[in-house]
Amino acid sequence: MTAVCREGTMRRAGEERMLRYTLKRMLIGVLSLIVLATVTFFLVRIMPGSPFQQGGVSSQVVEAVEEEYGLNEPIFTQYLNYMGGLLKGDFGISYQDPSTEVAEVIKRAWPVTASVGIAALAVSVLLGTGLGILRAVSEKRAVREIISGAGMLAAGIPTFAAAILLLLLFSVRLKWLPASGLLSPAHYILPVTALALYPAAVISRLTSNALSAEMGKAYYLFARAKGLGKWRAVFTHALKNAYLPVLNYVGPASASLLTGSFVIESIFTIPGLGREFVGSITNRDYTLILGLTVFMGAVVIAVNLATDLLCAWLSPETGRAYKKADGRQRK
Amino acid sequence: MRGRAGRIWKKYTGGSKMAAAGCAILALWIILAIAVPLFGPWSWSEQNAEIRNQTSSLAHWFGTDRFGRDLFARVWYGAGLSLFIGIVSALINGGIGVMYGAVCGYAGGKTDMLLMRAADIISSIPSMLYVILITLVMGAGAGSIILGLCVAGWISMARIVRGEIIRLKEADYACAARMEGIPPLRILVRHLLPNAAGPILVNLIFLVPQAVFTEAFLSFLGVGIAAPAASLGTIIQEARSQMILYPYQMIWPLLVLCVMILALNMIGTAVEEKTGGRRGWSE
Repeated sequence: MTAVCREGTMRRAGEERMLRYTLKRMLIGVLSLIVLATVTFFLVRIMPGSPFQQGGVSSQVVEAVEEEYGLNEPIFTQYLNYMGGLLKGDFGISYQDPSTEVAEVIKRAWPVTASVGIAALAVSVLLGTGLGILRAVSEKRAVREIISGAGMLAAGIPTFAAAILLLLLFSVRLKWLPASGLLSPAHYILPVTALALYPAAVISRLTSNALSAEMGKAYYLFARAKGLGKWRAVFTHALKNAYLPVLNYVGPASASLLTGSFVIESIFTIPGLGREFVGSITNRDYTLILGLTVFMGAVVIAVNLATDLLCAWLSPETGRAYKKADGRQRK
Repeated sequence: MRGRAGRIWKKYTGGSKMAAAGCAILALWIILAIAVPLFGPWSWSEQNAEIRNQTSSLAHWFGTDRFGRDLFARVWYGAGLSLFIGIVSALINGGIGVMYGAVCGYAGGKTDMLLMRAADIISSIPSMLYVILITLVMGAGAGSIILGLCVAGWISMARIVRGEIIRLKEADYACAARMEGIPPLRILVRHLLPNAAGPILVNLIFLVPQAVFTEAFLSFLGVGIAAPAASLGTIIQEARSQMILYPYQMIWPLLVLCVMILALNMIGTAVEEKTGGRRGWSE
């Protein structure tokens, strides 16, 4: 009776701690976002050049347009105006193309980037986990060596190099797959493969390392001794415990996949966020740079927050460790 | 292998073949990167309109590019520059990261919380922005790209060192040192950090290929090293406009780059496995 009671109180205390932790992390997330917007705002303004300075435009015209957009006001007033707009969800209009709002650009480009990113994420998680399990479980030395070798190779090729090699081989030489755009499912194959290669290698290595460690532990050996088959023991017992470190990597990795890869989008001419970002910097399109940075920052921070909460929720130990030492160690 | 160097080699690599192979490739790469531009018959920057876009021959082993520059000389010059940028920025990032992480981990409490949140915020800003900004203000070149790489590159090291210090500072020998009244800085430098040497070394080795990676990527986008200097990323970028006609111009530098990163990863992985240090290229 008392034991049950104590367990109940402990659980409640645990839930309360979890709730406090969640709120604290959310507050920190919002704060980071504000700092990010501030820093980027001032960074962008230090950049030499004006968004309206182009060949053949006289300085009077530039000044007039700058005045129209409020760029001649004290920088602090501009900052307050911008942040005020941001709070209302208003990203402002693009300086380069005054007829479009920054929000529209994001609305147009993000689904494109996200669809490629989600596909790459799915491929890398499935492939990485599968190969990782195989490497940890397989008794054949050759299988293990091939998987680790392939992993190291895949991790050694920069994403842009992989993209170019794939492009040269499959669309220039063999002409099997289209080289640019995103019109049909076939268009996705090359960019998704190029994007998924590196994370897949990392995931397979993390999975197999963690799984090997779990497979030496007493509970796994007990399950095997009980007569459970190797694969069943791995899937029902070991994998669950081994997957936490993997999850810790997948979170931030998915954030970067979802916000797009500048290089992949430029090589395969995909009209996504990364390309808009590079374009906005070359054009000194202040509002677009800011809007895209804040948006990408928000996605990254939200995904990292979700990963942390998921990890803490999955493992009470992590929750405790977080509270005690905030032992967060990842890129 | 004998002596102190031999002992250190054994301690951190376990005498593994992978580490030896990695070091051999890396040494070869460094020798070529120094020797070819210095003693080779061709200049990496001299243009010659008569020998444009030639494929590999006895005179020009990697062929020539569209300005008639010898690609063999160019690629090795670029490899040297890439490696230089990688090593210098890894050392700077490693230094900053160790100091920052050690202070955070040892101080703990509010200091730790504030410093680590600041690091979180810095790491959440896309690094492209800093690098472009710095290259615009300082002019494109190795200096600005190293500076750009160092704005956020130290954070992974800081996190690892901080974790290690938090783990180690409650150890008996650290408590004993504190009770003896040894000042905190001395405890950190003489007692705690040497015990964290494994993970620090692993991370330091892996910082090099990461930096080489990022530099190549930035130069490829056209915001890194500017002409006439060339890193591997720049050479690949230059070959891009005619990659359908002359793919070899892109494949040679790509190959040199990939083997270089592979060698660095091999060394790192061997040290990682031996010291039980964590997260190499797998993070």
